[in-house]
Amino acid sequence: MLGSLEISGGRDRAGRAEAVRALALRPGESLAVIGPTGSGKSELLADIEQLASGDTPSGRLVTLKGGGDAKPGQRPAVATLSQRTNFIIDASVADFLHLHAGSLGKQRARLAEDTVALANTLCGEAFALRSPLQRLSGGQARALMIADIALISDAPVVLIDEVENAGIDKGAALESLAGRGKISVISTHDPVLILSCPRRLVMAEGGMSRLLDLSPEEQLRLQHLKRMDDALLRAREKLRAGQRLPQIVCRKRADGGGCCK
Amino acid sequence: MKTIIVAGAPSAGKTSVLLRLLRHLPAGGPKAAAVKFDTRSSLDPERYRHELGIEAIGGVSGYLCPDHYFISNMEEALEWGLSQGAAYLFIETAGLCLRCAPHIEGVPALTVLDTLGGLQAPQKMGPLLSLADILVLTKGDLVSQAEREAIIFGLSAANPRAAVYQVNGLLGTGSLALWRALEALPEVEGLEGRKLRHDMPAALCSYCTGEKRVGRRYQTGSVEKISTSGAMNAC
Repeated sequence: MLGSLEISGGRDRAGRAEAVRALALRPGESLAVIGPTGSGKSELLADIEQLASGDTPSGRLVTLKGGGDAKPGQRPAVATLSQRTNFIIDASVADFLHLHAGSLGKQRARLAEDTVALANTLCGEAFALRSPLQRLSGGQARALMIADIALISDAPVVLIDEVENAGIDKGAALESLAGRGKISVISTHDPVLILSCPRRLVMAEGGMSRLLDLSPEEQLRLQHLKRMDDALLRAREKLRAGQRLPQIVCRKRADGGGCCK
Repeated sequence: MKTIIVAGAPSAGKTSVLLRLLRHLPAGGPKAAAVKFDTRSSLDPERYRHELGIEAIGGVSGYLCPDHYFISNMEEALEWGLSQGAAYLFIETAGLCLRCAPHIEGVPALTVLDTLGGLQAPQKMGPLLSLADILVLTKGDLVSQAEREAIIFGLSAANPRAAVYQVNGLLGTGSLALWRALEALPEVEGLEGRKLRHDMPAALCSYCTGEKRVGRRYQTGSVEKISTSGAMNAC
């Protein structure tokens, strides 16, 4: 039922043809969009969100093939999640999820329970169905938004703009979206998140300049970076819980100094 | 001339949406013009001229009921637009008290509202929402996808006829789809004899004519009292 997302290259800011001429993403695929500020990441995301048809400054053509109700003015085909996104309603998690599911005509039993269970696998501290939405931490709120997009929202495409610092398990978050057949496009500077995507698109001067596959070497580096990321996350949780951090005992050097600093 | 009435509560993002929308106007192509109706003062005509280089005028209702002032000046607004040789005329007005709506039969009606009004907003907005042809939801980037979808559902329930467009007034995202929709709208050449889609509020009590003092003895004309014995009076 879900279709593939296809992007045909247009022009960069200088009017030159984009180096990446065509790009197709299948259901369950995730793509990292990278490049310094001003390189054109947001414009690309905007083109996707609007399903540009050669009528934006970039001249790109974005199509959602097969499935996905892309009729303008109707239910959105593209879900978005950004650093600025917040919950505004004052309700419990359960009421909120029922409201969202109900508005889409979804009545499946345990949908809310499943969504909270998924969210709890993404963030450090568990929350409950009866938790007030407004009391959720940044990480819990992000995790709930991702679980909700994965399980309840109909949109086949998810655009994620910079959610790295929320304290959630990035790899698991991506997998939860991919596992439900969502196409995820993630604009990020986070190395773990970038390498968690099998492909990454490098933006430069407003254009899609290169499309890189994850190399076997990078796959190994990802494991290493993930361990560092996890160590940071664990230290964060310990410090938050009022604990002291123990001295690191390095496996290579028994004196504990040097390489692990 | 394509004429579009743009309404919505203050700060909902009407002007920002229009500024974003008008950037899709091809350079050197058809002209656009804007008329802004306000209650006290407005810098918006200046913004239209400076940011987009289009002709714009403003009308300030001052002590008059803004909706009455608006409808009394619609023909003047349209004639001014025609005199400018505009292909698109945007007539922008705040929805104000939400009791009525400035929308006119046969004139494309666009209502702008933001996501921060929350999920109950559709029920609170009345004819401004239910009688529009196109609904534009702004500030979508500030709320969760779920809330956005639930708000859109609420809007569609309150006005099943209208298409809902999401536009980010700061970045312009979504304005393209709205622009495509506007290009398909019919032209409007005259207004005489056309009807408002909803009646305007009665303005017949002493406060309409400048009374400031509080108290029953100063109230004359059509004055209605709240029911304090049971349920609230319907307005």
